[in-house]
Amino acid sequence: MRLAATAMAMPLLLLLLAGGALAQLADAAPEDIEIGLSTDTVFITSDFRGANLTIFGALDDADPLIQRQGGYDIVAVLEGPRRTIVVRKKTRVLGVWINTRSMVFTDVPASYSIAMTRQPQDITDTPSYQRLGLRIPYLNLRPLAADADPQAVEEFTTALRNRMEESGLYTELAGGVQFLSRSLFRATFHLAPNVPVGTHRARAFLFRNGVFVKETSAALTIRKAGAEQRLFEFAHQQSLAYGLLAVLLAMITGWLGRLIFKRD
Amino acid sequence: MHNLLVSRVGIYLPIAEMSVNMVILLAMGGAVGFLSGMFGVGGGFLITPLLIFYNIPPAIAVATGANQVIASSFSGALAHFKRGSLDVKLGLVLLLGGLVGSSLGIYVFAYLRRLGQLDLIVSVLYVGFLGSVGGLMLVESVRAIRRSRNGGTADLRHSGQHNWIHRLPLKMRFRASKLFVSVIPVLGIGALIGFLASIMGVGGGFIMVPALIYLLKVPTNVVIGTSLFQIVFVAAFTTIIHSTANQTVDIVLAFILMLGGVAGAQYGARVGQKLRGEQLRALLALLVLAVALRLAFDLFVRPSNVYSLVIGGI
Repeated sequence: MRLAATAMAMPLLLLLLAGGALAQLADAAPEDIEIGLSTDTVFITSDFRGANLTIFGALDDADPLIQRQGGYDIVAVLEGPRRTIVVRKKTRVLGVWINTRSMVFTDVPASYSIAMTRQPQDITDTPSYQRLGLRIPYLNLRPLAADADPQAVEEFTTALRNRMEESGLYTELAGGVQFLSRSLFRATFHLAPNVPVGTHRARAFLFRNGVFVKETSAALTIRKAGAEQRLFEFAHQQSLAYGLLAVLLAMITGWLGRLIFKRD
Repeated sequence: MHNLLVSRVGIYLPIAEMSVNMVILLAMGGAVGFLSGMFGVGGGFLITPLLIFYNIPPAIAVATGANQVIASSFSGALAHFKRGSLDVKLGLVLLLGGLVGSSLGIYVFAYLRRLGQLDLIVSVLYVGFLGSVGGLMLVESVRAIRRSRNGGTADLRHSGQHNWIHRLPLKMRFRASKLFVSVIPVLGIGALIGFLASIMGVGGGFIMVPALIYLLKVPTNVVIGTSLFQIVFVAAFTTIIHSTANQTVDIVLAFILMLGGVAGAQYGARVGQKLRGEQLRALLALLVLAVALRLAFDLFVRPSNVYSLVIGGI
């Protein structure tokens, strides 16, 4: 009786084992990452002068052996809202420096910060970064005109990257992501005082021994709050009233100034 | 240290969408206000380039400059009105021309901005006008100073001396200015200044004052009040049009500049009263030339980076 039961259970067990192996083949990576932001909305008020944003993350179902060897790497990205950007080039015409050539780029991240657990070349190779569109040199930047001269595209794309880096809107920080424990990690980003307003996206990429495994993302809203927001909306929605208010304010200030300081 | 200072006094500008140092802006407004009170000009020709040097986008610097000019001009015009050194009739005719010129200027402004040549045209206009006005004033005032040193009169007004402007038709009498002149040049000067006001973010006092003195031979004591009077209206008109057409007036930025400007203007006016007319004109000429040279430098010297970005793509 007992034997019969075992005999009956055997194929089932085999089936289960085989199924498990198949599942492992289909989903070669059991690891998973999750992230959460220290805040999901940053409000810009009159005293805003930049802020820090922390991305917390967890690495689940990691292989302990690889973990011990330090084979896991995290690349965290904070990407600003997409904007259309015109790159203009000045050349000398009759002794005067004039904007003569330009190229329009669409869907350019208005800001881009990337942080990594190690030096970028120690995490994975250039082709991988290129494939994922990761890091400033490999960001996918496309001009609006599809038939643009490739040499010009190269020139203006480079200029766009350089200018964004110079203005502090594109930053790269090796070592900006730290493992707090075996499975918990943290990335800290600094939001510049001129951080673009809109919906930003925080993304985290997991690499295992140099191979990209998984990506996850979360949204961050940066918006003006209080008086700043109301003034901005007022200026755009009721622009005539706003203009009249600006004039009135100037006249009152001029008149009060005279009242306060006058001697005649 | 620098960071600490910035962080204490930083203020976020809602339209320019950037954080700036309030102390720097107050000082900027104060210094410009002092000069404008001293010379009887609105100070727009100084404030707009200063804002651009301070990385405020040119379109916002121009529109906000116009707004700031209202405060200092209004304050000055009130003082002149009480003193009776303001020709309301002349001011109104100038204004009529000014409104036409300003409306035209706004459209040209929007067009140039789309074309990507706004910065160039603004700089070229500044260099051209400031350079020529400053140069002419300097030559004239130095001559006047020499004349007065030699015991002669430094007054500009020589009775019986008429130029071609006084032969034009449609003459009109301006009593307060003791003037009988054709309205054509008056409207023309008004229109030119209105046009420049909207493109350059200036009230146009630095052109108006010499134009009234040298072309129309308006007595110097009436010129400043009248110029300020019409600048108030042209700048107000420009501000309203820029707010409705381009949404580029930053009221917070303008207000900080006004606070500094109004205070500075009062002290400037007192210093100005102690100086002689020709000395004042010579100093203003030097100031105007200095701004023109600074802007010409940017135009002719290779920029540190030949590439520039316009985010938002206009």
